[in-house]
Amino acid sequence: MKRTLLALFWRDITLARRVGGGGVMGVVFFLSLVTVVPFAIGPDLNLLSRIGPAILWIAALLSGLLGLDRLFQADEEDGSLDLFRLSPAPLELVVLVKCAAHWCVTGLPLVLAAPLFGLMLALDGPALGGVTLSLLVGTPALTFLGAIGAALTVSLRRGGLLLSILVIPLAVPVLIFGVSAATAAGGGTMPFLTPFLVLCALSLAAIALSPFAAAAALRSAGE
Amino acid sequence: MLRDVSFNLGAGEAVEITGPNGTGKSTLLRALGGFLPLLSGTLDWTEDGWDDDRTTGETDAAPLPERLHYLGHADGLKTALTCGENLRLWGAMAGHAEPAAGPALDRVGLGALADFPVAYLSAGQRRRVALARLLVARRPLWLLDEPATALDRAAQATLSAMMADHLGGGGVVIAATHAPLGLAGARELRLEP
Repeated sequence: MKRTLLALFWRDITLARRVGGGGVMGVVFFLSLVTVVPFAIGPDLNLLSRIGPAILWIAALLSGLLGLDRLFQADEEDGSLDLFRLSPAPLELVVLVKCAAHWCVTGLPLVLAAPLFGLMLALDGPALGGVTLSLLVGTPALTFLGAIGAALTVSLRRGGLLLSILVIPLAVPVLIFGVSAATAAGGGTMPFLTPFLVLCALSLAAIALSPFAAAAALRSAGE
Repeated sequence: MLRDVSFNLGAGEAVEITGPNGTGKSTLLRALGGFLPLLSGTLDWTEDGWDDDRTTGETDAAPLPERLHYLGHADGLKTALTCGENLRLWGAMAGHAEPAAGPALDRVGLGALADFPVAYLSAGQRRRVALARLLVARRPLWLLDEPATALDRAAQATLSAMMADHLGGGGVVIAATHAPLGLAGARELRLEP
């Protein structure tokens, strides 16, 4: 079973690397969103550093949505999804592994790029650390919540838009606690740990529960 | 929806499901594979003496979907991966500890293309890679949906020989088909609209 899931994990990583698109495109999109904001609101450094964490989080949310629609759809189109169901590994674990691989190629690059892009928004050291840390623990929640939407829209040809509409409301709590943890790290009266731990809890809950929801959606999509 | 379908098969037996388009051949295969729920009726599977090459230590009481290979209309291949990588993945997904793609690809006549991305293959060659998947991990029941689609004559003969070997080893083949598959002693289940 472990070997089975490991093989699937490396397949998805290899595919993302060879097909391209996934990780690099996400980071480029992230970069363009972050670059556009200072042009829109003007070069007010105080304002930028105050809203910087929020901008980084919104950019991460939107770039995370970018590749999600293909998470299960590619496998549904070429028949791989049927074959997953003939495996001794339960579909829930298949979903979990696919999401983990997806996060490694789309979420992790964003986390690594965040400190660099934070500099463009005039964030100082503690704020940079806070935003990076909050993205590190928060982006898995975005990926796993997105997987539910991806599974629900798996058989729709242009499901990307519907997926965004389904997922963004679910992502609101993650966004709230992610941004407040990142802001708290940059100073202010609020303690950093309170929103940060809630964010961790949200991520863990999403990782634990969404594979079941997504697998159920995939099963009923095959009928 | 299908009703009043009933048949039984023993080890080494094959059945060809025939019938006009839209009568439910694929639906029947998908129901047997566990992709579609049965509204009523039962599906029994008992197994003994199947020589398996699983080494992952799963018990023999595995549910039916884990004991069958399904070959549908889609080939289940990733075009960005090579033939060998695709087959090794499906071997591993079927629970095989160390799947080897070489012998299976040799059998379908694509041994030289093991390190070739599937994207460069023709439709018939992709179908042959999909057929090789049946050989990478041994499973007793083959559900084949139009297995001969896009195959040339030589490949069709290879497919017949593969199925004959599978039956000879105590396997079971259930195939939906329009053209005869060249299986000696296969029974026919004809679905009428």
